Amino acid sequence: MSENTNILVVGIGGQGVMTATEILAEAAIALGHDAKKTEVAGMAQRGGVVSSHLRFGKKVLTPQITPGTADVLLGFESAETMRWQHMLKQGGITLMNTARLVPPVVELGLFDYPEDPLAEIRKSGNKVVAFDATSIAQALGDIRLGNTVMLGAIADHLPFGAEVLLDCVLKRFQRKGEKLVELNRQAFEAGRAAVGAAEAAAA
Amino acid sequence: MAAVMPAPAASRLLMSGNEAVARAVWESGVKVAAAYPGTPSTEMLEVISTYPDLYAEWSVNEKVSLEVAIGAAYAGSRAFCCMKHVGMNVASDALMTLTLTGVVGGLVIAIADDVGLSSSQNEQDSRYWGRFAHLPVLEPADSQEAYAMTKVGFELSERFQVPVILRMTTRINHVKSVVEVGERETHAGNGFKKEPGRFVMVPGNAGKRIPLMFKRDNELRALAEQSPLNFIEDGSDKRVGFIASGPAYMHVKESFPNAPVLKLGLSCPVPFEKCRELAALVEQVVVVEEVEPLVETELKAQGIKLLGKEILPRQGELSPNVLRPAIARLLGETVPEMQSTVALQVFPRPPTMCVACPHLGVYYTLSQIRNISIAGDIGCYTLGAGHPWNALDTCVSMGASMGVALGMDKGRGESDKDKRILAVIGDSTFLHMGMQGLLDIVYNKGNVTVLLLDNRAVGMTGGQDNPGNGRDIYGDDTPRVNFPALVEALGVKKDRIHTVDPYQLPVLFKTIRDEVKVPEVSVIITDQPCVLIKDYHKMKPYEVIEDKCTGCGNCIDVGCPAIHVTRRGKEVKASGREVDLAFVRIESSVCTGCGLCVQPCAPDAIVHYAPVSPIKLVNMSCGS
Repeated sequence: MSENTNILVVGIGGQGVMTATEILAEAAIALGHDAKKTEVAGMAQRGGVVSSHLRFGKKVLTPQITPGTADVLLGFESAETMRWQHMLKQGGITLMNTARLVPPVVELGLFDYPEDPLAEIRKSGNKVVAFDATSIAQALGDIRLGNTVMLGAIADHLPFGAEVLLDCVLKRFQRKGEKLVELNRQAFEAGRAAVGAAEAAAA
Repeated sequence: MAAVMPAPAASRLLMSGNEAVARAVWESGVKVAAAYPGTPSTEMLEVISTYPDLYAEWSVNEKVSLEVAIGAAYAGSRAFCCMKHVGMNVASDALMTLTLTGVVGGLVIAIADDVGLSSSQNEQDSRYWGRFAHLPVLEPADSQEAYAMTKVGFELSERFQVPVILRMTTRINHVKSVVEVGERETHAGNGFKKEPGRFVMVPGNAGKRIPLMFKRDNELRALAEQSPLNFIEDGSDKRVGFIASGPAYMHVKESFPNAPVLKLGLSCPVPFEKCRELAALVEQVVVVEEVEPLVETELKAQGIKLLGKEILPRQGELSPNVLRPAIARLLGETVPEMQSTVALQVFPRPPTMCVACPHLGVYYTLSQIRNISIAGDIGCYTLGAGHPWNALDTCVSMGASMGVALGMDKGRGESDKDKRILAVIGDSTFLHMGMQGLLDIVYNKGNVTVLLLDNRAVGMTGGQDNPGNGRDIYGDDTPRVNFPALVEALGVKKDRIHTVDPYQLPVLFKTIRDEVKVPEVSVIITDQPCVLIKDYHKMKPYEVIEDKCTGCGNCIDVGCPAIHVTRRGKEVKASGREVDLAFVRIESSVCTGCGLCVQPCAPDAIVHYAPVSPIKLVNMSCGS
């Protein structure tokens, strides 16, 4: 069903990948779309690989994205963003946090962390926009805002307006007070701006 | 978990299959729901426990959970029980006789198969239980169907007085999709009525129930022929027609939108006539089922010509990227090529133990002891088989570490006649099915050192409560198992029972090394909580003084994910031997100060973290 939008969100267990995808799904449903969200995750909370699939449109059948058909890849971690490049369709776009989370198997010297994941992705010919979501969150005073920065980053690469997604993000924080709502609004806009600036620079 | 106000009827909600089943259980007026946690089934009972007006419990194992549900259903109440696929292996003793008595109140048993092995030790097809136990099997294809079929299941169960199996897979349990929910109905049971001929299954009574079971089979097959859960969707491309169930149905519809399809929602007993009806519409039939060829084999025995596992894999999911090439080959078409770029090679990232996990101390210690064999079990501590510890040698089934260790002891060969045998098991796994194994070691005078890792939680499934931590599913206080007293009662000598803090490496090391030398059963209990539950208290984090680090790498061998290598080097020792060096830093923002890495650090380079300024933040993660 080619009229569906396929969004792949990837990272490692504990980063908030599944929550981010769920908020994207809520936004799609708020607009009246059918939506399915699924993970290809093992024992995900244990620092392993997580890839969360979201498909939405008029009617979604298979929940998982077939390799080579993702419209957007939202990567929470550099090497993980590399790992899932084959999921993108031709002409698809990667939005990538430049953060690196090095696993114990690399610390033990059993494997190497890729020297320059961004360059590798570029070499493969896929379109990629990179930004440092972690620093943006830190600048706002709380690294936990990174998740909202990532959602802001994808906001202008969806077949619907950024406001719907922002509403769904802020709804999550309403009960926690106006201050947190405002911080998340800033984080969302900062993520949006970071991607916008990177794209403008590349154009 | 505290009860919350359920969403009103007619709400369109984004729900996982597990959440959808939980909602339907509540709406169906279920009075008793029981389970033991197990991926991917766990959330069903977790969510049920948040609904009002019913009783939910974590049972000690799946067999007990089914028995609790049976009792409630005998008493006329609606009851629910759920488990992961391997859980039914444990519960099946009850199931195989339950099918003879049947039920009074409706009983639905949800079994979650881990197709694709996301978090399990095997990949088995629970639809076999429908055949083995002569029970109807419902197979939802998404959350909405999981919700609807749960409700149908209770009606079916009461109409035929038969327990109903709701067969789910990971791709149903954990997928979130849109569900429209309804109202709760009340369902008052009439209480237990004595009926020995039906509820006391001694040979004389059971023998009379078997013909009734066969009669019920025929009635259910007739129902399957008529049921709206089994339907044919015609299509314009008659070259291949499909018979599909569960998530495989969605994959067929996605891959071949114009093909005729028979969807089996009530897939056992198989509606043979409906299948013949589909076969008459098309040139050839392909059965698409995850994972064993059950429907296929039964239809072939009926003389219906079709294909199945000759052209499809007998393992894993039958997703579009599997189905499309297989059918293209069947039709002699060119196999459609994936339009993607080549996958880029990246290191593997296996699951790890958490920062400061109490198991780190245990596995670090075990990795330092030579000439041992370690029988392992199911839980977070199975990760001890991986790097850097490589300190777990077997993993079979819940509680198996006990029996396997005893068997390794009794079955020694020439090469391992002097080996010390250890068994490693968690608190909840021990209570689930390990106690009996320990009793067997004691009874048969085995020479095994048992490490009972009591972290007060079912860790791997998300830290659920259990009899070992003194809290029930609602978080309320309940009697807590006294492990030293329990193992002593099983016959382990008091001198051979030790309770040790797993963060005290010298004590742990000495205790294990001493006990493995004693030629009888010992039990060493570690007593620190899982870092993911509320019993765990964080302490002051550590950091590495860069100038003092000699790059020896001892701390890396602990295996804590908070330790990172900053640079590598080489050093030539006085002996002329060249050794690798790895200089480290500690991610102080995630370190919780357990102190494990401090102990093997010879140059005392690891000290309490002293932030230069209060806003120094160095974490690279993106959130919680």
